Amino acid sequence: MHHMTIHEARQLLDKGETTSVKLVEAVLERIDSVEPQIRAYLHLDREGALAAAEKADNGKPNSPLHGIPLSVKDVLCTHDMPTTCGSKILEGFIPPYDATVVERLRSAGAILLGKVAMDEFAMGSTSENCAFQVPENPWKAGYVTGGSSGGSAAAVAADACFASLGSDTGGSIRQPASLCGTVGMKPTYGRVSRYGLVAFASSLDQIGPLAKDVQDCALIMNCLAGHDPRDSTSVNRPVPDYTAALSEGLAGMRIGVPEEYFGEGLDPEVNRAIRDGIAMLKDAGAEIVDVRLPHTEYCVAVYYLIAPAEASSNLARFDGVRFGHRAMEAETLLDMYRQTRSEGFGDEVKRRILIGTYALSAGYYDAYYKKASQVRTLIKNDFESAFTTCDLLVSPVTPTPAWKKGTHADDPLALYLSDILTISANLAGIPAMSVPCGFSSNGLPIGMQLQGAHFAEETLLRAAWNLERCAGISDHKPKLP
Amino acid sequence: MKITNENVERVARLARLDLSPGEIETMTRQLDTILSYVAKLDELDTADIDVTTHTQSMVNAFRDDAVLPSLPREKALAAAPRQNGEAFVVPRII
Repeated sequence: MHHMTIHEARQLLDKGETTSVKLVEAVLERIDSVEPQIRAYLHLDREGALAAAEKADNGKPNSPLHGIPLSVKDVLCTHDMPTTCGSKILEGFIPPYDATVVERLRSAGAILLGKVAMDEFAMGSTSENCAFQVPENPWKAGYVTGGSSGGSAAAVAADACFASLGSDTGGSIRQPASLCGTVGMKPTYGRVSRYGLVAFASSLDQIGPLAKDVQDCALIMNCLAGHDPRDSTSVNRPVPDYTAALSEGLAGMRIGVPEEYFGEGLDPEVNRAIRDGIAMLKDAGAEIVDVRLPHTEYCVAVYYLIAPAEASSNLARFDGVRFGHRAMEAETLLDMYRQTRSEGFGDEVKRRILIGTYALSAGYYDAYYKKASQVRTLIKNDFESAFTTCDLLVSPVTPTPAWKKGTHADDPLALYLSDILTISANLAGIPAMSVPCGFSSNGLPIGMQLQGAHFAEETLLRAAWNLERCAGISDHKPKLP
Repeated sequence: MKITNENVERVARLARLDLSPGEIETMTRQLDTILSYVAKLDELDTADIDVTTHTQSMVNAFRDDAVLPSLPREKALAAAPRQNGEAFVVPRII
């Protein structure tokens, strides 16, 4: 039963042909068989999941997610499970409350199986920066899952949960979804509450689903979206039924192809898969138009100033006083701060704190942070102008399929540059998705990115659903034990 | 502008990080590469461009100034490495 989608399992549950306990048992068995290879779970709560499933079986379903076992990225606070952010500085930390999205899943009756691996504090593009274990791509041993929500993508692709929640600051949902062949959505900035999401870069972070298909993605969005008074950046705006957007045919939809996203460094197989996908969208009735996003080449530079600047401020709270690791032997307060942080943070986190602190420090603020925030306006304007001529934009998610672990070990800039196609959506605050659309010759998944105007999630889902039906690969599964 | 070991040491002090001499060497080299790359932004004239710090049109999110239930003290203290039931305990400051 582990291979089913949420909507398939829902039908069996509603017909009384299975129970939540049976679903949880099936997924736990699946986890036992695939986990030695994919290493997605940092924490698995078997007893808690079975107890919640029993309760769900005795209760009345109030949501399509009722009784469905899910996982969540370890950056989301859970009051009954550790929340480590993949960092030694939060090892063993059990938060005093649930994140709003976790609370929403629980009140919908969903079952939380456990917490999945990620790059430390969501900083990375491969999940190799996780301090505890590095998840592996279910499609090919020794290959990265992508990141930072790599545990979520691996667990969904390997049927080790029905779906997962991730977070996306510069592509951290879409990129691993693409590299592992799952659907992933980063909603519009403000659409989903971030209360209880451990903050990385507050003007960029969004929470969203990684799912086995587009319909499941829409079902989860129905549960997550909405205003939360505890997150002042969440928007008070009606939430549609996202599943209603899943209708056949794309007549009347104008789809833009930005040539800047098909530039130098794009793998020929990725290019071909995306071009084939565009042809499918056209066959489904969409009109394909060329558009320009002229400032795309600046997005990596903008992002790698703004995100570290915000991170250097957000991560100041990890000082050993209130939670997590403390250097107990330190004799003065200042030594305690310094030793705690130096022992607790990994290299990539230190690197970004240093870049961010530098970019914000006296004498450099105008040249770096302010300049980047101005170019961010130009990038945002590019999208606003593009969306006057089309309803959504299609492109690759990543320039290449998944690569071997260890590839960029000592070259952080090379890895940062691989984020070039996903970063702009966060800078502009627009919704974006990854949808599986093909495979490379060595069997690695390739995802298509869809980007829409603010709050155009329904347009994205409709196009994604049509692409999924035309591509006909949603039943392709990785070969696992 | 070339990033030096001294730049990195200064920023590490500000960020409350202790770096080993080896870490300072590596970080200096990597920060220099990264900051040389971001200098690409200087190609653009942004003199008349406003900054974007936030992508929603909201200006302020006000709420009523009313007292609501908040985190109980024992829960707030529960995850602290050292506490005395009333407060977080840290090394002596003065």
